[in-house]
Amino acid sequence: MPTVTVNGKDVEIGASERLNCIQAAAKVGVEIPAYCWHPALSVVASCRMCLVEVGDKKPDGTVAMQPKLVPGCQTPAKDGTVIISDSPKVKEARKATLEYLLLNHPLDCPTCDQAGECYLQDYSFNYGRGYSRLNEPKNIKPDKTYIGDQITLFTDRCIMCTRCVRFTREVSGSSELQVVSRGSHEEIDIFPGFPVNNPLAGNVVDLCPVGALCSKDFLYQQRVWWLKSTNSVCTGCSTGCSVTVDQNDERVYRLKPRTNEKAQGHFMCDEGRFGWKYTHSDQRLSSPEIRTNGQVTSRDWDQVLSSARAALRKTALAGKTKIAAVLSPWMTVEEAWILASFLKSLSPNAVLAMGPVRIAGKDEHFPKDVKGNVVEPVKFTIRAEKCPNRAGVQAVLSHFTGDVMPFEELLRLSSNGQFGAVYLAGGDPESWISEIQAEAFSKVETVIVQDFLASPVLKHATHVLPSGTFVEREGVVVNHKGLAQLIRRSVRGPDGTRPDSRILWELTERSGLVQVDVVRSEIASGIPALAGLSDPALKADGVLLNVAQAAAAH
Amino acid sequence: MSQTPKKKNVRWVEEPEIGFWESTFVPAIMQGLKTTLKHVVDRKPVTQQYPEVKPELPLHYRGVHRLNRDEKDRVKCVACMMCATACPANCITIEAQAAPPEWPDRDKFPKSFVLDELRCIYCGMCEEACPVDAIELTHIYDLTGESRADLLYDREKLLGVYDRTKNDPRDPVRTRRGILGPAAEFQQLPALGPATVVPQSDRSAKSETAGVIRTTGVEGQR
Repeated sequence: MPTVTVNGKDVEIGASERLNCIQAAAKVGVEIPAYCWHPALSVVASCRMCLVEVGDKKPDGTVAMQPKLVPGCQTPAKDGTVIISDSPKVKEARKATLEYLLLNHPLDCPTCDQAGECYLQDYSFNYGRGYSRLNEPKNIKPDKTYIGDQITLFTDRCIMCTRCVRFTREVSGSSELQVVSRGSHEEIDIFPGFPVNNPLAGNVVDLCPVGALCSKDFLYQQRVWWLKSTNSVCTGCSTGCSVTVDQNDERVYRLKPRTNEKAQGHFMCDEGRFGWKYTHSDQRLSSPEIRTNGQVTSRDWDQVLSSARAALRKTALAGKTKIAAVLSPWMTVEEAWILASFLKSLSPNAVLAMGPVRIAGKDEHFPKDVKGNVVEPVKFTIRAEKCPNRAGVQAVLSHFTGDVMPFEELLRLSSNGQFGAVYLAGGDPESWISEIQAEAFSKVETVIVQDFLASPVLKHATHVLPSGTFVEREGVVVNHKGLAQLIRRSVRGPDGTRPDSRILWELTERSGLVQVDVVRSEIASGIPALAGLSDPALKADGVLLNVAQAAAAH
Repeated sequence: MSQTPKKKNVRWVEEPEIGFWESTFVPAIMQGLKTTLKHVVDRKPVTQQYPEVKPELPLHYRGVHRLNRDEKDRVKCVACMMCATACPANCITIEAQAAPPEWPDRDKFPKSFVLDELRCIYCGMCEEACPVDAIELTHIYDLTGESRADLLYDREKLLGVYDRTKNDPRDPVRTRRGILGPAAEFQQLPALGPATVVPQSDRSAKSETAGVIRTTGVEGQR
């Protein structure tokens, strides 16, 4: 095994690992500061922040240090490499680099959105000089008026690390951003008439180590130190990007991608990044309802739940008609399991079907060249399947029913009058059922609808259960390749709504408070394909479930 | 006493012997009556005749807040929310908005600025945190309102306090760097020190504001 020495400490790196000095040092917990280097982008070694002393250990044990400091990001760590990042020489170099970076930086931290999560602040505090020797006026460039629909550029704050430029060239492939002029006139700009409006544009805001690129959506909304982050998963498509949900006072302010090599890598698309707004929609269903002949007769949770339970039970016992449920691909695995196992325990011939899986267009792969052709290797994919958990719900359904019944088949059976009670789980923020499809439930005696937005089927509903969006729930979703990840609750839903798992927990008369963990261990022991859910790695970056079984369930 | 261990630096003093007159308590009673008599004769009041007479408050008194205006009569606040962050009573609520294009020197300004004067504990942390000297505490102490909502001071009300107090000699606009207010008026200001020591050989150590970035000449360019 190749051994690298970092500040006197030996660390072994994998024989096939291709690490640079920054990554090798990170293995022993030594931070080498860097601005321009990013693990997902090419190396330019232009910021000079990661300058370290590097040497080689010769076979006879002597160490030959290189006379100059070298950029850590550009220097591969190999067997016998000696990295020194805490010598006075390195510290002086960092101070000098930061001093140059701050020469023209406006230091408008109080009005800058990045303050609090700014690498310029952090590194100045940790490695900087602490005072400025500049007595001359700063070279301050005017801000750009428009560079894209979602992003804004404060030119004066930029430190020219060119991460954003490389991102648009290497990951989105659209190459809108570029460096114009040279020397101290250098600035980031777009080609005239080609704004940064690609579907991945929002990532340049996260990539920017300073406050130069800001998100218009989040601009001036909150100071970042007020935000509380929760690790979760984006539910915009079946890619299932790992994200953090940032909230304050029960209000979500932004979604940021969380680096997870098992899931999507480092980035996320704008559709997911800005696609959580329905959570705070004023169109949300806000109270549970029992409707008798179109009139609301009760708005009390306990009454609605016990009435729904009694209706399901009565139909199951009478046995003249069947009970049925539509399990939406927006449900978590736990929710699907509670509902499916409950209905099957009421009546073994209960019909379970997969809810409508919304497909929009085709999978969109990046990078794309100017003509729109995909360039290999693919670095990011926005999937056409716009639901987070088809694979997980499918695994639960096939455990209970063998073949998975499609939604259309259930609609056909329903219009034939086969069902006496139907439980419809929604959860798709866009409409998931049309007026004509909803007609199939017009003759069903009991229609229980669990959803957070109004849909045509509410017209025929006898019980309405207002549920939560993905930021209000907890559970497992399984993405397109069988990766199970946890979505976590970060905000409370509006008054009158309840998270789906709680609705189902109380509907099925389980005792006590909702314990999603308990349900998960039931699933892990009950469904072999989902046995991996008991793996503690689920709480970190997810568990890759048996892909063969997940694919077979297709 | 004999049981107490002797300690260094502890000196024991004996109680003085009580004399004859002292044991009759007569001199002490006379002393007390003298004080009483003095108060009977003295007609000068010791209480302040508020509200007919307003009290002379110390210069560092912290009363109702104001939001200062800049030289163009705009609200000086830049909506950085440092005051709301520093506030221990959580009484400041600010909503920021991007500055209009006519304000090239500003990035943002407060769309709404609400300060709950009832919730405030008048500690002055907001004033201290403000990087642009926009929020200041004045000498106004007698604020009244007919409801709680009346004492939720919004941006316009706080600017109104500024208009009322800006010419009051006790509430000067404290915009000069290093001078906090009349209470802190020193004859000689201590030199502004940098966060860390500047080497004496350094060029900036010789300038009068060592370690402070001078941005003169660029104002209005942004």
